[in-house]
Amino acid sequence: MNPITGILLCPIVGSLILLLVPQRRSNWVRWISTVATGIPVLICMALLIQFPRGHAGYQWVQKIPWIPALGIQYQVGVDGISLTLLLLHVLCGFTGVLISYRIKERVKEYYIFYLLLIGGVAGVFVSLDLFFFYLFYEMAVIPMFPLIGIWGSGDKKYATMKLTLYLTAGAVLALIGLLALYAVSGAHSFDLIFLERYLTQNPIPGHLQKWLFPFLLIGFGVIAPMWPLHSWSPMGHAAAPSAVSMLHAGVLMKLGSYAILRIAVQLLPQGAYTWLPWVALLCIMNIIYGGFVALAQKDMKFLIGYSSSSHMGYVLLGIACLNPVGLNGAVLLMFAHGLMTATAFATVGHVYDQTHTRIISDWGGLARRIPFISTAFIIAAMASSGLPGFANFVSELLVFFGAWNSYRWSALAAVFGIVITAFYMLRAVRTAFFGPLNMRWAELEDAAGFERVPYLILIAALLIVGCWPRFLLEIISSSTGTVLSHLTHLETIAKL
Amino acid sequence: MVAAPWIILFAPALACAAIVLFARNSKPLSATLAIGGLAVSFSFAVYALLQSLHPLAETIESSVSWVNLPGLALEFGLLLDHPSILMSLVVTGVGLMIFIYSVGYMGEERGLPRYFAFLSLFAFSMLGIVLANNFVTLFIFWELVGASSYLLIGFWYERPKAADAGKKAFLVNRIADFGFLIGILMLWNLSGLEGQSRTLNFAELAERLQALVAHGTLSPQLLTAVGLLVFCGVLGKSAQFPLHVWLPDAMEGPTPVSALIHAATMVAAGVYLIARTFFLFWQTPEAMAWVAAIGGFTALFAASLALVEDDIKRVLAYSTLSQLGYMVMALGLGGYVAGIYHLTTHAFFKALLFLGAGSVIHALHTNNIWEMGGLLKKMPVTSITFLIATLALCGIFPLSGFWSKDEILAVAFFRNPLLWVVGTATAGLTAFYMGRVFCVAFLGSARAHSAGHAHESPPVMSVPLMLLTVPTMVAGFIGIPHYLHHGQEAGVHVPFNAIVAGISTLVAMAGLSLAYAVYGRGYQPGIQVQRVLALAAVPLSRKFWVDEVYGWINRNIQQRFADLLSLFERYIIIGLYVNGVAKITGFTGSVLRLAQTGKVQGYAATLLAGLSLLLYLSLR
Repeated sequence: MNPITGILLCPIVGSLILLLVPQRRSNWVRWISTVATGIPVLICMALLIQFPRGHAGYQWVQKIPWIPALGIQYQVGVDGISLTLLLLHVLCGFTGVLISYRIKERVKEYYIFYLLLIGGVAGVFVSLDLFFFYLFYEMAVIPMFPLIGIWGSGDKKYATMKLTLYLTAGAVLALIGLLALYAVSGAHSFDLIFLERYLTQNPIPGHLQKWLFPFLLIGFGVIAPMWPLHSWSPMGHAAAPSAVSMLHAGVLMKLGSYAILRIAVQLLPQGAYTWLPWVALLCIMNIIYGGFVALAQKDMKFLIGYSSSSHMGYVLLGIACLNPVGLNGAVLLMFAHGLMTATAFATVGHVYDQTHTRIISDWGGLARRIPFISTAFIIAAMASSGLPGFANFVSELLVFFGAWNSYRWSALAAVFGIVITAFYMLRAVRTAFFGPLNMRWAELEDAAGFERVPYLILIAALLIVGCWPRFLLEIISSSTGTVLSHLTHLETIAKL
Repeated sequence: MVAAPWIILFAPALACAAIVLFARNSKPLSATLAIGGLAVSFSFAVYALLQSLHPLAETIESSVSWVNLPGLALEFGLLLDHPSILMSLVVTGVGLMIFIYSVGYMGEERGLPRYFAFLSLFAFSMLGIVLANNFVTLFIFWELVGASSYLLIGFWYERPKAADAGKKAFLVNRIADFGFLIGILMLWNLSGLEGQSRTLNFAELAERLQALVAHGTLSPQLLTAVGLLVFCGVLGKSAQFPLHVWLPDAMEGPTPVSALIHAATMVAAGVYLIARTFFLFWQTPEAMAWVAAIGGFTALFAASLALVEDDIKRVLAYSTLSQLGYMVMALGLGGYVAGIYHLTTHAFFKALLFLGAGSVIHALHTNNIWEMGGLLKKMPVTSITFLIATLALCGIFPLSGFWSKDEILAVAFFRNPLLWVVGTATAGLTAFYMGRVFCVAFLGSARAHSAGHAHESPPVMSVPLMLLTVPTMVAGFIGIPHYLHHGQEAGVHVPFNAIVAGISTLVAMAGLSLAYAVYGRGYQPGIQVQRVLALAAVPLSRKFWVDEVYGWINRNIQQRFADLLSLFERYIIIGLYVNGVAKITGFTGSVLRLAQTGKVQGYAATLLAGLSLLLYLSLR
């Protein structure tokens, strides 16, 4: 079987099998879910090793025609960009299953929705057909609704309504853009590979691109999240159960930036050249505004939530650069930020499950009682503040280098952003984990034995890529190179 | 041998990894691993030194590609030349003494394996700064020493003061590194001005900057800006005014940490950075003038703060600030050799002073000098080694401090007489506050109960003290300036000057005598003088309110701004805009709902009305 289809099918089949498992066998449910998300990790590792270096183009493509009259087909495959993000996704998905062992309520239903979510997100990253791309995109949004609404905490009803409506509204805007693209391209096809080739020869007229681009940019930008369309995200992260927050901040947000890169930028380069400078400007708001708002938060999950939307600003800035350095930085940062934020949410969830409060000042001195979890959080905080050795540092550095010559002011804001990050992260560490132990938490349990595995996986991945970024960058840059050569080619055509 | 720098660098890293993996619960094993790792580094540093003494010896530079993208190639590279060999020796040599000393000082700590893991991480990071051959590699380790310093200051994280101090150190450094990183980005850009592929390698940058200046492609203002931005990093790491505030607080960490990180090595990294990038500063006299001025000011400013401090470690911390100011000033005046020379000797005697203070604190469980007294008889080894280090710091012949301090003052004498006066005055203040500490803590009779029952520290602590006394005494005679001079063309070199040395020695002797008279003999100045002194002591004991100003900015500007944006988020973005859209949608629905009555009569009436309207319009 095609390995990509395998990665896609594992969680979906897993969730179908779970339907047949009796309610009370919660251990079976956990094991099936672990296997259904574990196999994709192994496949993905194997693909990573086999991925041809220096070779552009999509690999392991599988195509099954579905509605030939409309040019719709099931078509999957990966290039360096999507493989990197797929790796991030399967890692977060798998560790999320392990973290969720703590869930005791409606275990079976939880995992059914969770696995559907995993399948949907994986589908977006591997789809090479715009129709299926959109289908999986929606499939990723829908299971969120019950997952937050039922297993969430705090103001979960408001949060889940807002999140679902917001993301759906964005998706509809993107859908309009996609359909218009289909209509004006004249290719009569949703096939992404074909479209890329076709539009290289017959580009869409510049003025149409300028009209189309904002639909896709804003539609996908909602989930990225681009300022000022970000307010669903901290709310959603805060209300979601740990594993969903992990997936949410870790992977779901990257769907937006990935879609902007893969569809909007790649198919509408003229539009990109027109609009991306504005994105670079908005990034300043993302980074500085998000950072300062994070500084004012009292709730730990909100703090990480705003931090995420601040750091997604770096990703958007990297994409806006439209040069190899910035673009590679952006993709690597999606990967790094995903792992880092997943670690942070996992630790916060671990504490919250026992303390039932996320107010930072309610914690205090936890390092004495739960050293492992505290260490994991401090590592995430350090990675987030751009400490060398973790993947975040090198990717942010690339964004700085990439942006320095294109958008000087945004680059300055971005560098300043890491100062703000250090402020709110270290302050949170100081208040929550250092100082004398708050005696209310004298009975807190640390992660022990097997529970440590997910944290170790995430941190190890951050460290390996951080110390040896070339390994992943070689894979990514082969594909960003194609995107860029595509752009310059179109630019020359446009000039003629 | 190309492998030498790699072994020097990675031995402590391996030790750190091994402790984390295998010795988390074993005190002896963790200590052995950490000391063993550093000993390997030390022996290879000695080997490198011996190799470099050969007249035909060549500089070793070796690197691997770290990031290789179109438009940006970053390397992870190491360079073993004379300054880096000397610094590696200082870091590993002094470090080894301090690691061994720690076994005694920290032996009772539950978290000893964690301590040694952090120390090894620090040694690794520090050696990385020393050996780096390009800006990115240096910056990586620059940040890592900051992190290990954060972890070690906050080693006793349950103490609120220690936790706060660690945070403060990290944040102040982060602010400084903002400037440093922008300086690096600008340099990277400059390096490609003539169409070559851009680079951050020190040697290549040196050549290119020289070419750019020679061709006149580069505006002096831009170069000055770059120099000052790079100097920003120095302000943070070497705790120069106005970013000096973190260093005194950092004394909350364990004393061996203060000795190694906050006296001998890490804080000197800033000075080392100026030396490493001397090719840049040398091209921009304006930036150099700023460097010298800030260094000189810090030297005097910090020395004055040390006069009224009662905490022995804080006195030493201010003294460190002041001496770092000396070194920065020396480099700013062009005294490349003088700056690094003083860095080296200072590492020896300041580490010795801190370890001596640690020995006293270990015995008495207090940092306050007024609770010590009469230790000369009870703790002879500690007292005598402390005295030797004190005299070295004061610049008394023939100890090491005399030679290096004289070198700095001589440079100042010929380049900038004002700074020479500042430097000489600082020497007087230094002698006075060190004399004060020695007289109060070690002479006279016990001032507190615990001081009466003090005992000498165990050999594991006192032997490192004695060993460190050796370089403190002889470092002036082993030809360090000559070694540093090799292959260094830029910079000012001034021969030994008897007048300068004589004046500074006299000033130092005067300071020591005054301190002895006041604190050893109990001499009391007249009432009038006392009043003036008490008045002068107020701003000193409040540290010129710098901390208060920063605290005010932090609370009233930064936090207010954050709160303001948070309110904007809550009421404008969420309340007005997002929920507004939701409310408009809801309102529209509730209005349109009224049309859905379900009564046929109503629909028929509407139908009739519409039809009539259409008929009227079409027949009109």
